[in-house]
Amino acid sequence: MTSEIALPTDNYLTHTRGLWSWLFTLDHKRIGVMYLITITTAFLLGGIMAMLVRTELMYPNHPPAAQAKTMTLVPREVMSKDAYNKSFTLHGAVMIFLFILPGIPAAFGNFVLPIMLGAKDVAFPRLNLASLWLLWIGLVFFLIVLVFGQLDTGWTFYTPYSTSTETAVIPAVAGAFILGFSSIFTGLNFIVTIHTMRPPGMTWFKMPLFLWGLYGTALIQVLATPVLGITLALLAVERIFGLGIFDPKLGGDPVLFQHFFWFYSHPAVYIMILPAMGIISELITVFSHKHIFGYKFIAFSSIAIALLGFLVWGHHMFTSGQSILASMIFSVLTFSVSIPSAIKVFNWITSMYKGSISLATPMCYALMFIFLFGIGGLTGLFLGALATDMHLHNTYFLVAHFHYVMFGGTAVAFLGALHYWWPKMTGRMYSDFWGRVAVMLIFIGFNLTFIPQFLMGTHGMTRRYFDYSFLADAHPEIATYNLISSLGSLVLAVGLFIIPVYLIKSLISGRKAPANPWGGATLEWQCSSPPPFDNFPEQPVVGDPYDFSRIEYDEKIDGYVRV
Amino acid sequence: MSHPNPHSSYVHVVPLWVLCAVFAALLVFTALTVAATWFDLGGWNLILAMAIATVKAALVALYFMHLRYDNPFNALVFVAALVFVALFISLTLLDTLQYQPDIRSWQQAHPAD
Amino acid sequence: MSNLSPPEAHENSEHSAFLAHHFESHKQQFAAGKLGMWIFLLTEILLFGGVFCAYAVYRSNHPEIFEWAHRFLDKFLGAINTTVLIASSFTMAWAVRAAQKNQTRLCTVLLAVTLLGGCGFLGIKFVEYKSKWEEGLMVAHYFKPTPEALEHIKHLEADTAHLKSKPEEIPRNAGIFFSIYFCMTGLHGLHVIAGMSAIGWVLVRSAKGQFSSAYFGPVDYVGLYWHLVDLIWIYLFPLLYLIH
Repeated sequence: MTSEIALPTDNYLTHTRGLWSWLFTLDHKRIGVMYLITITTAFLLGGIMAMLVRTELMYPNHPPAAQAKTMTLVPREVMSKDAYNKSFTLHGAVMIFLFILPGIPAAFGNFVLPIMLGAKDVAFPRLNLASLWLLWIGLVFFLIVLVFGQLDTGWTFYTPYSTSTETAVIPAVAGAFILGFSSIFTGLNFIVTIHTMRPPGMTWFKMPLFLWGLYGTALIQVLATPVLGITLALLAVERIFGLGIFDPKLGGDPVLFQHFFWFYSHPAVYIMILPAMGIISELITVFSHKHIFGYKFIAFSSIAIALLGFLVWGHHMFTSGQSILASMIFSVLTFSVSIPSAIKVFNWITSMYKGSISLATPMCYALMFIFLFGIGGLTGLFLGALATDMHLHNTYFLVAHFHYVMFGGTAVAFLGALHYWWPKMTGRMYSDFWGRVAVMLIFIGFNLTFIPQFLMGTHGMTRRYFDYSFLADAHPEIATYNLISSLGSLVLAVGLFIIPVYLIKSLISGRKAPANPWGGATLEWQCSSPPPFDNFPEQPVVGDPYDFSRIEYDEKIDGYVRV
Repeated sequence: MSHPNPHSSYVHVVPLWVLCAVFAALLVFTALTVAATWFDLGGWNLILAMAIATVKAALVALYFMHLRYDNPFNALVFVAALVFVALFISLTLLDTLQYQPDIRSWQQAHPAD
Repeated sequence: MSNLSPPEAHENSEHSAFLAHHFESHKQQFAAGKLGMWIFLLTEILLFGGVFCAYAVYRSNHPEIFEWAHRFLDKFLGAINTTVLIASSFTMAWAVRAAQKNQTRLCTVLLAVTLLGGCGFLGIKFVEYKSKWEEGLMVAHYFKPTPEALEHIKHLEADTAHLKSKPEEIPRNAGIFFSIYFCMTGLHGLHVIAGMSAIGWVLVRSAKGQFSSAYFGPVDYVGLYWHLVDLIWIYLFPLLYLIH
């Protein structure tokens, strides 16, 4: 079958050989692949931490006398308090700083962005490599904490606890600081590339929507991340030299730290979700084989989310001593972000209307995204409303909301992107059957894990509890919810572990991928799979990225061709 | 551009007299801002000092940094940075000024040692 | 803003040693570099935004601390340093002009002068830091002004007669001023050092004759960075030294 495609003999994977040719490459595709490997490793690490947390929380540590002798699947107390604190802190820090933040932009953005622009590389290839190295250095800092240190601040590093605890705050903060620079350099590179390297004919409104998502993301990366840098630097200086800016004993203000932290970290959640939304815009239209609905609305809503995201950080501080005036203003502003998000969801669903939908694995992830992100987004409104937040703040309701948006949204879009571009990156097709099995398990496991968390949150279970026995005595249902949640996380883990199995198998014995296996109209589907070293031998034809009228299925190559 | 042009074709070269004039103006404004502290203008002292600093910053940005002759988008990037810093400071101030009375009354109730 | 030259131009022009393979023309490469530098400056401004925010919060809430404590700073040295930095900014801007006009020798000399200006600034800063250290004027936790230092500001009466606070009444938490002073000037000082390293780098390249009217981007980018360092100091000087 494959013999009929004129495959170039050379591609980016075979262009040069040896470990050094990878570690010091300036090729955006190889850098993207190395990001992908690093980020997946971090995901595994953070996932193990999450499983440890869920295993500990499976049962209350001290049951009522009547149940004391009941059999349990795991011991009631599987780890020490300190180990538990370290687990949830590192779960949060690793997942946020090493998986969700760099995940889609650095791995898939790097691989796809220049190809979508018909360019040979990003604007600053050396800077691109530098940001990958910074990611590795940041990872090393977190590994040092993981292996040698103890950390119990939570990923938010709130003062004054973080300046007084005896644990390894400095290495963790240094790691996050370095990862921040990695993120800044990626964003800078993307903005400049999109501005100066678009090919003739590709106007702003002929760009694929994924690039609009990345552009919005990059705006936040360069505008917000420096404030994280100065925040963490001040925190470190405060710890070492007794600066006092965040220390009330010396006349400082701990709430000011939270302003600093959330000025970055709220926009940062849009760094996490915007590229994911860009992915979904691509997947929905390609697998519906129908032009995207409301292109400009989706494009502008990305920018609107990026900018509005800077106005709402105070909603993380409703219960922290922030003034009532500021809380009311931030609460009102928070609702403004829901408008562009809702516009996107509306447009995705309308794009599918009367399309010819194929339920390939990436599309299953896209549909899962819309469903889970819908729940995540709507529960966010409860938390943004000042009055209800007083009850729900820092409970498992918040934890569930956050995971619906971040796992159900971003991580699911990450998996969708992985399955969408896997044939392009590796030149191999994976098993669609096992892909969909994994989708089902992830969907079931995820909802089993987090729906009970909404419930236990409203019943008073606060986040970061090591032992909730006293709660379970008064409200026995909380123990049940925790048990279901922990079992659900097992299902979720099994679903996730299927993915590497069939993906690695595809590398060994998978069918060779055609240039355009899904029928996409963006430029990356015009070059071979995997792409050649220079992406395009000659400048590709730029057209409407969502015009599917001239792309037809060709049985002979089991892929799509232009007619 | 197969051979180097005697003059760059794609940028504006700032005339030397403009650079000198800007330099002189910056020195004059530095002297002014020091001299302004000799006069008691109440709250206006801070505003005057910031106004002078902003004029100086504008001169540096427009001429030394070429923004006057440059792609307008670069100027937008610069202005955006200032806008977001202003946003950060103003919303934070809005909150911290609100709870100052609490801190003051606590300090009065707990005198320093 | 598609700055691409048409494909024919690409075929005709030979890729010079300083034109990266993924750019079509020097013009495109320069536009990309310049935008990249401006965005980097934006991140620097936001980074400084943090310390400026801390300044604004404490100054508006505790004006008495700032009014009392700024007396320890030497206005004269501050003004000299402002002048030194402005002068080095001027020579830097001139160096960029020289590079654009193919005046390689002049460019090298001006870059060297700029570097000297940076050294001068750091030298004066060192003198100031040293006297703060000797007078016990450290960050909040280590703020223990020596009797000599307290005595010294009493004799500035003529200069500070308009101030409401009295030099002998130390306000509560006065050390916060020096926390902010060291954060702001320290961060700025680090940027001076970074800027000087960058100037040193283009100085070497300029001495090797690598810049011309077709390729002068690095001088321009480093210049932008140096001007930003100057620009921030223009605000730091009145905010810290000239408090009324």
